[in-house]
Amino acid sequence: MLWYVIRRLLLIIPTLLGLSVIVFAIARLLPGDPVGLAAGPNATPEVIASVAAEFGLDKPIPVQYWNYLTGLLQGDWGVSLFSRRPVAADLAEFVPATLELVIAALLIAVIVGIPLGLLAAIWRDGIFDYLTRTVSLGAIAMPRFFLGLLLQLAFAMALNWLPLSGRFPLIEFPPERITGFYTVDAILIGDWHALGVALQHLALPALALSLSPLATILRMMRASTIEVLQQDYILTERALGIPSWIILFKYTLRNAVSATLTVIGLYVSWLLGGTVLVETIFDWPGIGLYSTQAILGQDFMPVIGVTLVIAMIYLVTSVIVDILQAVLNPKVRLQ
Amino acid sequence: MALLDISDLHLSMRSFEGETPILKGIDLTVERGQIWGVVGETGSGKSLTGLTISRLLPNTTARYTGGQVLFDGKDVLRAGERDMRALRGGRIGMIFQDPTTNLNPSFRIGTQMVDAALHAARDKPAILGLTGRESRRARRRAAWQASVALLESFGLHDAEDRMARFPHEFSGGMRQRVLIAMAMIGQPDLLIADEPTTALDVSVQSQILRLIHRLVEERNIGVMFITHNLGVVAQLCSHVAVMYRGRIVERGPVSKVLKAPEHIYTRALMDAIPTARAQMDTLRGIDWPLRDRIEAEIAATAKEVTA
Repeated sequence: MLWYVIRRLLLIIPTLLGLSVIVFAIARLLPGDPVGLAAGPNATPEVIASVAAEFGLDKPIPVQYWNYLTGLLQGDWGVSLFSRRPVAADLAEFVPATLELVIAALLIAVIVGIPLGLLAAIWRDGIFDYLTRTVSLGAIAMPRFFLGLLLQLAFAMALNWLPLSGRFPLIEFPPERITGFYTVDAILIGDWHALGVALQHLALPALALSLSPLATILRMMRASTIEVLQQDYILTERALGIPSWIILFKYTLRNAVSATLTVIGLYVSWLLGGTVLVETIFDWPGIGLYSTQAILGQDFMPVIGVTLVIAMIYLVTSVIVDILQAVLNPKVRLQ
Repeated sequence: MALLDISDLHLSMRSFEGETPILKGIDLTVERGQIWGVVGETGSGKSLTGLTISRLLPNTTARYTGGQVLFDGKDVLRAGERDMRALRGGRIGMIFQDPTTNLNPSFRIGTQMVDAALHAARDKPAILGLTGRESRRARRRAAWQASVALLESFGLHDAEDRMARFPHEFSGGMRQRVLIAMAMIGQPDLLIADEPTTALDVSVQSQILRLIHRLVEERNIGVMFITHNLGVVAQLCSHVAVMYRGRIVERGPVSKVLKAPEHIYTRALMDAIPTARAQMDTLRGIDWPLRDRIEAEIAATAKEVTA
């Protein structure tokens, strides 16, 4: 088991290497003139040449890649052409923000989706089942940004319960940085006021982001529960007189969740890529906003950096999902 | 009073096309110490009769249109779900056809067996040697020990160690022993076995049959053994009921029915057993002309009864 985890984690390295080649090549070979854009509209050829030399962009692309790679190993993710800030510093700020949002959304989706899916399967073809089926269909179909706007209108504008946007009030200082997750940091230093404020800001964007995975998890859970309930061993358990709540919440649940788990894992990457619109609407300072600006400005170092980080998170997630799968399903052998 | 007394049981199943009568007046009495073989072709209603006794058919599709099923004098067709749950496991044990699919693959054998034992002990704490006032932990320990002892007595060595294993680590024959142990841990009075040896090879089959026979001798339980296999009936059962299209067409002691079958369907069923020297062209099934004769004879008997 331990060996398996180590090997799977080590396999992430060649995957990332291959990916970095592809992303680097695409970013550099795309038509466009990032140096010209960075130097400004009225720059003389000398200025452009000096900017290119400053970022090492006058060298052949393989050399640039080599320099990037060796820099990466020392923690240097390159420099943004526009802000001239190191990409590593930007990522350290924006990645935790997005991860916090994605994890919060996923938690909501799992904590609400799995029990509701189970109940929908138990009360199959009942009112509750029809209701969740209709609502989840709408939730999957509705664009996230539209849902975000609706939530803002209802809870921020009309009811005034929650802040409209942002990650933390501008006039206050966020909790001292330990992990970069405001909620976790607030708990770690015991600042309950900051925790409350952070959660209030997190609530609406997380909810907007969670609805689609929630609906998908609910439907997956419903389908797999129905399948499990038709298995022979459920009939045997009933014939043994085991109370139905034990059959449902112990014997059925574990089998059904293990089928749903794969979908949950896939949703992590979907959420990471899908935060852009939600981050834009809620003015959430995460990698979605960051990478959009970088792409539009042909600022390729941040684009490469964000891509590699998302890939890394996805690869680690898939290892975690496989481990959980083995915990839930004894037939899965890790090797 | 008979252990199980089914009289004039009628069952219909609802589907999109409407209601179809499935069981059309089943009469069957099982006493303690008897092993009733219930034979008949696929779709004749054997399994549904078995599931009816434990009331395991879904209320949404199954409708009982007449008759009664007296277990120990009480009509299970009119019992509530609560009373039924007390009967299941504790008074009526069931085992099914395919041991590979009837154990929950995600849980250890011990977990499943202890849950079965704990449930049965709620109404009958004595089966675990308890008085009913012990702590949760003490009950669990007793359930665990009783399970180990039962598995050992069923021929599973190192039962203590095997309780911690998952179903896929067992062979088919061992899984069926585990399932029989789970059905018997509550010390039921009636065992309903729905083709328990069909999925097993012949040598394992005979071990399982011997085990069931031993249970009847040791505990004086009644058994309803549902099967296609007339050879198994001859080997194991004391009585046999032959079912055809929702009715029992012939019943009686095995020696009498199998030696001198009276009903045309029983004779047809026995003629269909291939012999070792059978050639392709001497294999006999139940073809349509024969089926028409069976139907005609059943119709004639029905008229005799009403006349």
